[in-house]
Amino acid sequence: MGRVRVLVGTRKGAFILSADGNRRDWEIDGPHFGGWEVYHINGSRVNPDRLYAAQATGWFGQLVQKSDDGGKSWNPVSNKFAFEGEVGTHLDFDDTPRPWGFKRVWHFESSLSDPDTVYAGVEDAALFRSTDGGQSWLELAGLRNHPSSTGWHPGAGGLCLHTILLDRGDPNRLIVAISVAGAFRSLDGGFSWQPINQGLHSDYMPEPDAEVGHCVHRLAMHPIRPDLLFMQSHRNIMRSDNGGDSWSNVSGNLPSDFGFPISVHAHEPETVYVVPMKSDSEHYPDEGHLRVYRSRTGGNEWEPLSSGLPQKDCYVNVLRDAMDVDTLDDCGVYFGTSGGAVYVSPDGGDHWTAITQNLPPVMSVQVQTLP
Amino acid sequence: MIRVVLPHHLRNLAGCRDREVILQVAGGIVTQRKILDALEARFPQLGGTVRDYETGARRPLVRFFGCGMDLSLESPDAPVPDTISRGEEPYRIVGSVAGG
Repeated sequence: MGRVRVLVGTRKGAFILSADGNRRDWEIDGPHFGGWEVYHINGSRVNPDRLYAAQATGWFGQLVQKSDDGGKSWNPVSNKFAFEGEVGTHLDFDDTPRPWGFKRVWHFESSLSDPDTVYAGVEDAALFRSTDGGQSWLELAGLRNHPSSTGWHPGAGGLCLHTILLDRGDPNRLIVAISVAGAFRSLDGGFSWQPINQGLHSDYMPEPDAEVGHCVHRLAMHPIRPDLLFMQSHRNIMRSDNGGDSWSNVSGNLPSDFGFPISVHAHEPETVYVVPMKSDSEHYPDEGHLRVYRSRTGGNEWEPLSSGLPQKDCYVNVLRDAMDVDTLDDCGVYFGTSGGAVYVSPDGGDHWTAITQNLPPVMSVQVQTLP
Repeated sequence: MIRVVLPHHLRNLAGCRDREVILQVAGGIVTQRKILDALEARFPQLGGTVRDYETGARRPLVRFFGCGMDLSLESPDAPVPDTISRGEEPYRIVGSVAGG
């Protein structure tokens, strides 16, 4: 039947939620790193007991913790993220140049073949890689040195690299997303990068169709269809059928095209999940109804999923890294809220229950499917 | 012998049960830089948590106190008060009161 382990990062520590394949009875372990912000915990696809956690506070900065026993024990590894070469500038909120500086880790993505290799997406936007289990970090500086980077802006959350997609069939192909710059793709293992934002239209920009400058909130890719990408951007749900060469708007009948996370069903590459928020000014569900929307057609046609979710007086947000799926036969879908709830649907979104309702605000949710 | 008081989170990170850490600081005059170098040498996991890796500067929301004085803005290479260097008074690393 298999088991699931849900790695939850919150504003005040990390929690690990575990259940068997029925996904009804849950054990909750935590907080780990109590009092610290945990933006993300990532589990290796090769060795699921190898976890990496991004632990930080404004006082004491960024730490990186590693576990080799599925989160029972942790050890700090290197937290030294030094930019390679001469550090240039990006634009600040007021369009003045601002020197690049490391602020925090937003996202870890473990290699699909080696548990000691892990990527880190950081703020200010840059991509780092460790090949020794986090003992050292080396910047893949071709991204930050892209000619467009002097014009990248921070978003409300900072200038952050928040999404890293790896391709099981081609380890040299990497795709990342940066707020606010857009999506970028490398075909040579991260050495060189090209923007992949054709088709994005951001009417808040002086040039709405510019090559870079788009506020991409999240990307999703199904492992068996690596050229099929989905994007939750600041204003639209986008789809690419050619690995990001071009994008089309598939927001369709959604009540709002603003939101943060986007996930793809484990077994159906055309089944996609989003959690619309009322608007970019409000960041909560319309009329207090918390609803996940599912498209079984790769976008455009969306259905609300609300069974078991609060349908009254619910004004929480769901952040970009806070939704994921398991790979059991009945694909489970999970998300966490700014109100501290973590929900699961063990039947692909038809019915939802709260695993827990009173954690600190949830920053990230990653699901591991275990034997 | 130098006595150093760590804030709660750094004490946990260092794995210290006691409120104070005892450090040996080598080489003549005791300065804040030498104290922090000795602290990070003994507890490498504290690297980057008190001082910025790149600049070596005190992190903005960390302060240093001793003998009832705020030493945060003193030169890191200035001698600390004798009572700290003799271990009679602790050197305190404090997370600033901030937030709500």
